[in-house]
Order: sequence, then structure tokens, then C-alpha cells
Amino acid sequence: MGFPHKTHPRETPVLSTHFGDSEARSLSGWRARGGYRALEQALGMAPADIVNVVKDSGLRGRGGAGFPTGLKWSFMKPGDGKPHYLCCNADESEPGTFKDREIMRWTPHSLIEGCAIASYAIGAEICYIYIRGEFTEPLQIVGAALDEAYRDGILGKNAMGTGKRVDVYIHKGAGAYICGEETALMNSIEGRRGNPRIKPPFPAVAGLFGQPTTINNVETLAAVPPILTNGAEWYKGMSLSSPKSTGTKLFSVCGNIARPGNYEVTMGFPFREFLHDICGGARPGHTLKAVIPGGSSVPIQTMQEADATLMDYEGFVATGSMLGSGGVIVFDDSVCMVRMIARLARFYAHESCAQCTQCREGTAWVTKILERIEHGSGTTADLDTLLELSENMTGKTICVLSDSCAAPIVSGIQKFRHEFEAHINGKRCPMRSAAAA
Amino acid sequence: MSDAKMITLTIEGRQVQVAEGTSILEAAKAAGVLVPHYCYHPGLPVAGVCRMCLVEVEKAPKLAPACATAVAEGQVVHVHSGKALEARKGVLEFLLINHPLDCPICDQAGECELQDYTFAEGRSEGRLVEPKRFNPVEDFGGDVLYVPNRCILCTRCVRFMDDVAQEPVLNVSERGDRAVIGKFEGQDLTHPWSGNVVDLCPVGALLSKDFLNKARAWELDRTASVCPNCTQGCNMMVETRDNMVVRLRPRPNDDVNKYFMCDYGRLNYRWMNRSDRLEAPLVRRGDRLAVAEWEAALVAAAKALDGKRVHAVVSPSLSNEALYLVSRLLERREGTGAFRVERGPEAPLPGVEDLALRSDRAANVHGAELLGFRRSDTPMAGLRGGDALLFVDADPGVLDVTDLGRAASVVVIGTTLPEVLRGADVVLPIANMVEEEGTFTNLRGRVQRFLQARAAPGMARPSWWVLGDLLGTMGEPGNYFLASDVFTALAGARAEFAGMSYDTLGLRGLPVMSPAGAR
Repeated sequence: MGFPHKTHPRETPVLSTHFGDSEARSLSGWRARGGYRALEQALGMAPADIVNVVKDSGLRGRGGAGFPTGLKWSFMKPGDGKPHYLCCNADESEPGTFKDREIMRWTPHSLIEGCAIASYAIGAEICYIYIRGEFTEPLQIVGAALDEAYRDGILGKNAMGTGKRVDVYIHKGAGAYICGEETALMNSIEGRRGNPRIKPPFPAVAGLFGQPTTINNVETLAAVPPILTNGAEWYKGMSLSSPKSTGTKLFSVCGNIARPGNYEVTMGFPFREFLHDICGGARPGHTLKAVIPGGSSVPIQTMQEADATLMDYEGFVATGSMLGSGGVIVFDDSVCMVRMIARLARFYAHESCAQCTQCREGTAWVTKILERIEHGSGTTADLDTLLELSENMTGKTICVLSDSCAAPIVSGIQKFRHEFEAHINGKRCPMRSAAAA
Repeated sequence: MSDAKMITLTIEGRQVQVAEGTSILEAAKAAGVLVPHYCYHPGLPVAGVCRMCLVEVEKAPKLAPACATAVAEGQVVHVHSGKALEARKGVLEFLLINHPLDCPICDQAGECELQDYTFAEGRSEGRLVEPKRFNPVEDFGGDVLYVPNRCILCTRCVRFMDDVAQEPVLNVSERGDRAVIGKFEGQDLTHPWSGNVVDLCPVGALLSKDFLNKARAWELDRTASVCPNCTQGCNMMVETRDNMVVRLRPRPNDDVNKYFMCDYGRLNYRWMNRSDRLEAPLVRRGDRLAVAEWEAALVAAAKALDGKRVHAVVSPSLSNEALYLVSRLLERREGTGAFRVERGPEAPLPGVEDLALRSDRAANVHGAELLGFRRSDTPMAGLRGGDALLFVDADPGVLDVTDLGRAASVVVIGTTLPEVLRGADVVLPIANMVEEEGTFTNLRGRVQRFLQARAAPGMARPSWWVLGDLLGTMGEPGNYFLASDVFTALAGARAEFAGMSYDTLGLRGLPVMSPAGAR
């Protein structure tokens, strides 16, 4: 549902069914809504069978990369004599994204259930839920739910009386964007500085504490119980477009839009109808100008591109962007794109872990240039420099923070060059002078 | 090596075969291609952060960091392709935007990898118009000064302290372009091996306080040598300027010291430059020592030793060559030889096996023992009444005047003349170890060469020359024209050294033969 709004008839609530329903938070409330039946079912299955169901469902990672979840789980080789770990990425640090927060706030047990099923499926006895430090409310709610689950014997050395060990711990982050990167997250859990690691080795080979590890997003794990209960075919059937994107996806919508909030639609939903129908379109008296559809790290779309998009992994790529985390940031005609892009770059410059040269120096430098242009001291040559620096920052570093900083710059200059030129030629921000006048 | 699977790949058109698991960067070295890099160092764990070593691997979607990418069969690698060059140019520009470009006042200038690669491949001018970042210079303790403005955050220093010295003192503090190398609260770079961070730093960010503003890199003459300050025998480079030793730095040797050298060793060089040196042979004329010609002095020395049993007190830091000749002299005179070793606390480098600042603070203790000299805390005890005392550059602390009274005659061969030896009959001036060529045998029995790095003062001659001439004057056949001649004679005479020559030793040395005949 489009929390805090009522469910729109065109939404397909699966994960968001109980958003806003505070009784779903408690164990008894969750059980009354059908909770923990999937876990019970799973503990009676062979782990490989669970992996196969998830594979068949077509579920893909909801954190941004869209890697097939079942395939990721199948990399964990059973019986290799090593401890396996599951990490749940609840850092949700991508600007514009707040779907995991709502899952944790309203249905913490759905996440715990998903973690328990996944742990069992990949042969992990320990799962860490890495929750960002700023999420004080979700931390408290998930913590309370975890206590309940332990008290009830759902988790622990003898999970649900089956003799299988499933321990789930919460690890509180300290507010670094980069700790949402999977290997940086693992370093952070280990007590190290949150720096991404070089891959290979991939986490399935050497992850947390150097042991085979699977890491999944909150939304991904929360989707597992309904898949087990309703079957892979049911989930697979929920797609309006590409067979490669199945199920439902939560989109966090923010910015200049009539009804910001979280909305759950099936994959392949038309983006135009999503924005105008479900989210209510532009604010009165304004027109939409641009949209960043998948969290701040993906290329900016013009409304023309957005209108032609079907909302799934392939659909967003076809129109020049990415599904990413599903954090939709909407800009209308009151927004200065140069200012927006400069602000984004500033965020990345602040959050760069400082390992790779291109990222450490590049993010800070492009921020300086963008802010200079925004203040009216830019030159046309600066645009070429920005594009060249962006090229140097793309595909050359350990993680993709640097690429993420470059993506909105490149797409912004390509698609809104006239706004940059207006700043350069007018020697000031045209939007600001309009406001002043 | 034989059981490792070999991988064949092509780097810059050259086919090369390396063991499985080797990085592209090391494979390129084997092929004779240098992949420019900053953070990679063979003695440290791989970080892969400077992104300078990006190379183009055919069929790979992205450029690969050569330091962190293992070789694969049939790989075709381009180090100098357009794409790789563009990427490196980009990295160099990023590294320089906040760099103060103060090469004219930077100690690293001339031996700076940032300078070298920028000159080779970088842009001719930067495009940054904004003010540069500024951070003040910081004293890191020990011998180390940190200039953050020049730092490229390659983290070699951090990794050295974490993984090799295993005393984590340094870290990367802050994030983004605010990041600097920081020290943990209340800690200093006081580890006995921490000076290595200065050598490891590829730029001028970590500087030696001792060497600060002392010389420009291009004014230095560099000579391969072996550290004489303990029995470890770390390979080193002696750097001189205007005939003065100004810096000692490690010279890589996988079998001895890898890439490292301790602070005690590297900073203990001032004695090499001391100016109160013996510069001319002296012969006793009544109650004073008078300057003499070498020939006259040698004759006087031979006469002073003639017909007497000789007891030699030697320095355990003399070369194998000098000690061998002293041992020949003792054989002729049925004498005895002894030495005392100065001791200090041992300081291991935990990350490298069998590497430590050893408690025996002398270069050639093992060699002296192999050549028949007896280690003793009281080396003068072997001097019997009526003996001739031959004192070869030993620590004067072993002497006392009553000892000297027992000697029928005293011949001093040394770099200096301590007050207590003013009563000597003959004094022959010799070069110190950086002024001559020779070999030391380290505590594990490794024989290693050192070369001459500066000229000896006045008429002082290399120790092997003086002792060879003295033996000749005493009637021993055989002339030595070069240090290598003495070593050849030694190799012929002593089983442990059999088969060795300066050529076979090279600059990395060889272990002595064990009693069983194995090396």
C-alpha cells in the first residue's frame, strides 16, 4: 500500500499489505496474519528445494543490482565444513529509498521469517541484520520482534523445535553510505573501517569473517515467505512485462509529487501511470521535469523517457536508466537541475570511503566544479571537464560509488545541458533570480 | 616451483610463463614490463586502491587492476594501450589536484614515483581552478614526519605497521578528499622498524627527520653494501654526498631482509663519517709516535711482532678478508685471537621470518668465529707476559693500562687511535667498512659482499691491504692486489668458503658450506 496513503486500487500489495497496521508488528498479530507458516514449511523441506523454489520464482535482488536470488543462494556449497553466514542489508542508505524502513517498521517479523528461511536454505546458522544507525525506530521495532521470536523458540539453538540452529543478530551501523555496499558492510560488522573489498573473492567464497556468506536486501528476504507459501508460479505470474522480472516491487516516491510514499506494484507496471495515477502526478500548478527512478545512483530520466518506461529491471535500462533500489525522486519545473546534481555530487564526495583515487579526488572535484557552475562562475569548458572526469570515474574503482556520482552528472549534462548553459551564460542561477524577482 | 601449475600469457606482445596465482603486475615484471603502480608493494598485502595499475585485458569488460588480478591461461594484456594510458592519466591528474607541487623543496624529488609517472604519462597542466586542500605537517614520532598535502593515500605505511611491524599505529582517518593518514590516539611511530614507512612511501609524504633537507636525491652516490650494525646482515644501499655518508637504506634481498631495515641500523651511520681518524702510519720514536712512510711503518710493525707469540684483539666487524689475514699471521706466530661483542636489546620484525635487529651489535661475529677467533667478554685475558699485542680496530673499552704493561710490544691497526693506545709501538691506519670492499658472514652463515662507498682519509689503506702487506713483510709469500684476491685465498684455505668468489657471491651473497658439505 502507498503508506501513508490508502492502498491504490492499481497497487498489488504483497509486502506492504500490513503497512500501517500496528498489530502486525507483534508476534501474535503476525501469526494471526499467517506469519511463520512459511518458516515452518521451510524447516520441513530440504534446503536445496527451498533454493529451487526461489530460483523458479524469478526473485531478484531488490537492493539495486537485481542479481537472481535463488542463483546467489545456490553458490553456498553445503557441507564444505565452513561456517556459513547470512547478512541482511538493512542499511538502506541510498538517497530517495525508504522501502526497507517501512518493512521493518510495520512487519518486522516478515523480515525475521525471511532471514530464518534463507539461513536454513544456505546452511547458515548465524544471520546479521545490518541496520543503519539513523533508523532508530526500525532498530527498536526489529529488536523487539527479535526478542519475541527468541522467547517463542522460533529462533535459537533449536529453531521451532526442529533441532536446527538459526541465530539472528542486529548490527547497528554508524551512518556511512558506503556500508550499504556488501563488502563494506561485512568489514563494518567485523569491526573494521567500512571500506569495500576487492572482488574476487566474492562473498559466497570469502565473505564475513572470511567465510562463505550470502547477503540479501530486506525487501528480497521479506519476499521469500510469501513465495514459499504461495508457490513460485504465483510469484512468477506477477509480471506485466519481461519474464526476467517477476513479482512485486516497492517503490519509494519522493520529491515534487502530489502523494509521496511507498507503493507496491507488479513488475512491468507503466511508469507514466504509476507517477500520474497512483502517485497523483505533479503538484498543482507545476509540471514534472525529470525523475531519478532507482535511487540517487542511477541516471536521470527526462519525463519523455519516464513516460515510455515499464517498471522492471529491463524496462528502466531500455529507457536509459536503472531500476536500482526503487527510490523514485521526482523533480518538477521549480527545481534547478544544476543545483540538484551538485547536491547529489556533494553527497557522494562526503561519503566516498577514500580508498580509490578516482573516487576520493574525483567526487570532491566534480562537486567543486558543479557548485561553481551553480553559483554562476562556470565556463563551457567546465562541462567538457565534467564529462571527462566522469568518464575517468566510471568503471575504474573497487565499488561503484564513483560511478554512481558520475551517472547523474553525465545524464544531467546530456539531458539538461540548456540549464547548465543558462547558468554559465547568465552568470547566475536562473531559477534563483526568478524567485528573487 | 616445480609443482606449481604454470600459466602462459601475453603481456605487451611478450609471452611469459608464471606460476598460477601470480598477479598480472608480477607477471609483467617477469616479462620485463613495468606496470606503473603506487599502492602495490611486494612486501605488503595487496590493497588495490591507487588504481594506477589498471591494464587492458582482452575480452574483459573493464580495465583490471594488475596488482589484484591473477593471471589466466592465454590472457592477452595491454599495459600501454590507449585505454590503459587514458586511465593512468586520469589517476595522475586526480592525484595531483590537491598536491602542492612543491617538488623544489621536497626531499622526495628525484626519487618520487609521482614525479616519474607524471613526467612519463601525465598531463602537462592541471585543470583544477579551485583552492587546494591544505593540512598541516605532523610529527609522527620516531624518525618520521608526515606531510599530508603530498600524500596519495596509497596506505603502504598503514599496511606496513598493521601487517609487517604488527603494531597498528597508523590508519586512514576521515573519508572522501578529507582523508589523511592518522595516528591512533596516544601512539607514535616508535616501533624499532617503523622507519621503513619512509622508504615505502612512494611520494614525499613521509619523510625522515634525520635526512630532512640534507641532500637532493640526484646528488647522491649509491653503493651496494651490507649493514654492519648487527649480525643480521641486512642488505643496504649507502648513499653519499661529497664523500659523506648521508643516508642508509635497505636493499631488497629475499633471503635476508626482504625490503626492510631497522631504525637502529639505518640511523647508526655517523661513525662512518667521523673526522678524528688516523690518516698516516705512526712509529714510535722515543716517547712519541711519529709519522712514517708506509714501507717503514710496515717494517717496524713486522719487527715489533717478530720472534714473539702474538695475541690479537680484533673487532668483530672486520671483514672476512681482514680476519683471514689476521688468522694467517696468528698461524705464523702461533698466536691467539679474541674479540668482544657489544650487545643491545633484540628487536624482531614480526611480519618477516628470521629478521631482527640482533642483540650482537657487530657485523661479522659468525665470520670471526669461523676463522678461529674466540668470543670473550675479556679478550685481553689471552695476552700472556712477553706476548706481542696486535690490536685490530677493536673497542678500546676492552683495554686497561695494566693489560698493556704485559705486552712486550703493541701494534695497532685501526681507524682511530684511542688515548689508551698512545703507548703503541706502531700504528697502521685503515679504512672503515664503507671505505673498503669486503665480505661479512651473517649469523645464519650467509657471506655477503659490501662495496666501497667513500674514500678513506689521508694515507689510510683498506684493512686487507695493510694486513696483506704486513704478512708479506713478515715473509709470507703471495701478493694481494684486490680484495677479491684475498677472498679467493680464503676460499681456497677454508672449507666453509670453498668454491666461493666475488663473482659467485654477487650482491646477494651465499651461505657458507656446512660441516657436512652442504650449503
